[in-house]
Amino acid sequence: MSRLDVQIGSMHLKAPVVSASGCFGYGEEYSEFIDLNRLGAVVVKGISLKPMHGNPPPRICETPCGMLNSIGLQNVGLKVFLKEKLPFLRTFDTKVIVNILGNSLKDYEKLARSLDDAGVDAIELNVSCPNVRKGGIWFGTDRKMLGKLVSAIKASLQHSVLITKLSPTVSDIGEFAQIAEDAGSDAVSLINTIPGMAIDINTRKPKIRNIIGGLSGPAIKPIALRMVHETYKSVTIPIIGMGGIMNASDALEFIIAGATAVAVGTANFINPLTTAEIIDGISNFMKQENLTALNDLTGSLHDG
Amino acid sequence: MELTSPENENQALPGQFYMLGAGQGYDPLLKRAFSLFRNTPDGFQILYRIQGRGTSLMRDMKAGTSVEVLGPLGRPYPEPSKKQTPLVIAGGVGLASVFSLVEKFPKQAYMLYGARSGEDLFSVTELRDAARDLLLSTDDGSLGKKGTVMDSLHELVSTHATLLNERLIMYACGPEQMLREVSQFGMAHNIQTYISFEAHMACGVGACLSCAVAVKKKKSKQKSQQDNQPVYKKVCTDGPVFDAREIAW
Repeated sequence: MSRLDVQIGSMHLKAPVVSASGCFGYGEEYSEFIDLNRLGAVVVKGISLKPMHGNPPPRICETPCGMLNSIGLQNVGLKVFLKEKLPFLRTFDTKVIVNILGNSLKDYEKLARSLDDAGVDAIELNVSCPNVRKGGIWFGTDRKMLGKLVSAIKASLQHSVLITKLSPTVSDIGEFAQIAEDAGSDAVSLINTIPGMAIDINTRKPKIRNIIGGLSGPAIKPIALRMVHETYKSVTIPIIGMGGIMNASDALEFIIAGATAVAVGTANFINPLTTAEIIDGISNFMKQENLTALNDLTGSLHDG
Repeated sequence: MELTSPENENQALPGQFYMLGAGQGYDPLLKRAFSLFRNTPDGFQILYRIQGRGTSLMRDMKAGTSVEVLGPLGRPYPEPSKKQTPLVIAGGVGLASVFSLVEKFPKQAYMLYGARSGEDLFSVTELRDAARDLLLSTDDGSLGKKGTVMDSLHELVSTHATLLNERLIMYACGPEQMLREVSQFGMAHNIQTYISFEAHMACGVGACLSCAVAVKKKKSKQKSQQDNQPVYKKVCTDGPVFDAREIAW
């Protein structure tokens, strides 16, 4: 019997596959298509203190083997999340990870404290959203700010595990992962989308209203994989790897590169059953390879 | 295009849509949203205009090709009550969304249907059979009256003097400009009006938040971080059919 469960800090995931923030709503949107009990965790859409309306449309555009999005963190806000969204997720046997975004250190602290009090399993610090002006990526690309933010949030958590979601728009992602680790982050997740553009040559207008959006999908997978590998060499904390994962084979590449668990984003849009199919695929692979524990596979790249 | 499925237990209602995978592999990556055109005994039909890579691939598909489909999705058109007279307006490929509604209430609906040119008008014979009255219009005058569906609408109400005294319910799908004018007409004459939007969407189930449509704000106790910005609803799960009074044009 092969074991698919993994450990992210003090949080135990029964399967190494979670949803990626922003690609699975609040879980309820996909609950009629897939059994949420199968996932290691549901990572919900980024939550801010107050509701956010998001950016004007068009918000997405398809690109070769990928898509650009600039949703602008539209979300219901902390209060409605706690009252209306979290209780539903709690009816499932899966962990709940809440992605949080603030304009200031204080915002992040308030969010983290309230969610920790509410008993969510983990907080994912969003310091890498490319689509909002304030906060987000600004924290994730400044070494001092990142360290300060992570240690402040770590200090305000009693129970919840702290995951820092890293931006790919830095020169050395391993260095930023290390800053997060040194500041007390229990894990890192990567990569967030890569800022990109697309233009309609006839109107000479950008294809998304915000001009720049985040690129996701299979187009970014090789970059994400490289960054997971670099991060694995820099830190000892667990890595949740993501970026263009479409199937079990992609997921296994991330695990071999050093990821303890993987997150599935854009692929949910195309096939809502992707996460469950990946879990089955990983399980089959382990049987074929006579592996008893998934951990034996993490970081097992033969690079010599 | 007609699709058949062994698992087509839930027939779509007029106004609902399906997400359809146009290609194999990852390019194009996303599914596309298509309105139900018409239900068939073991599947359904969609109507599409060749617009980009996805629809070009669909044009080149051979009969018997398997495609991935998610649906039916979205909210359908509210049905007219027994006392209401339906007035259905379609612009171009917007016909897809309202066709099955007209067929569902035979000989009841006034139907206005316009396109650029006569070759862009589909299923005219079936519409003539299904509608109580059909007014066609084209931009170039090659079929029906030269003009837009709005011209047809003004003509209809002027030739049917008592029509505006009847309890009308309007349904419309087509280009945004048309939807705006239909909505304004409906509100000006106090007619219950439902419009269906087309939007780029990645998921179709309310998760990706791509298909935003700006709606009027409700007074709310809780302040948002962006009070000066519009409020959005999702075309996929809040719509695609909206009450015209909701939309912030």
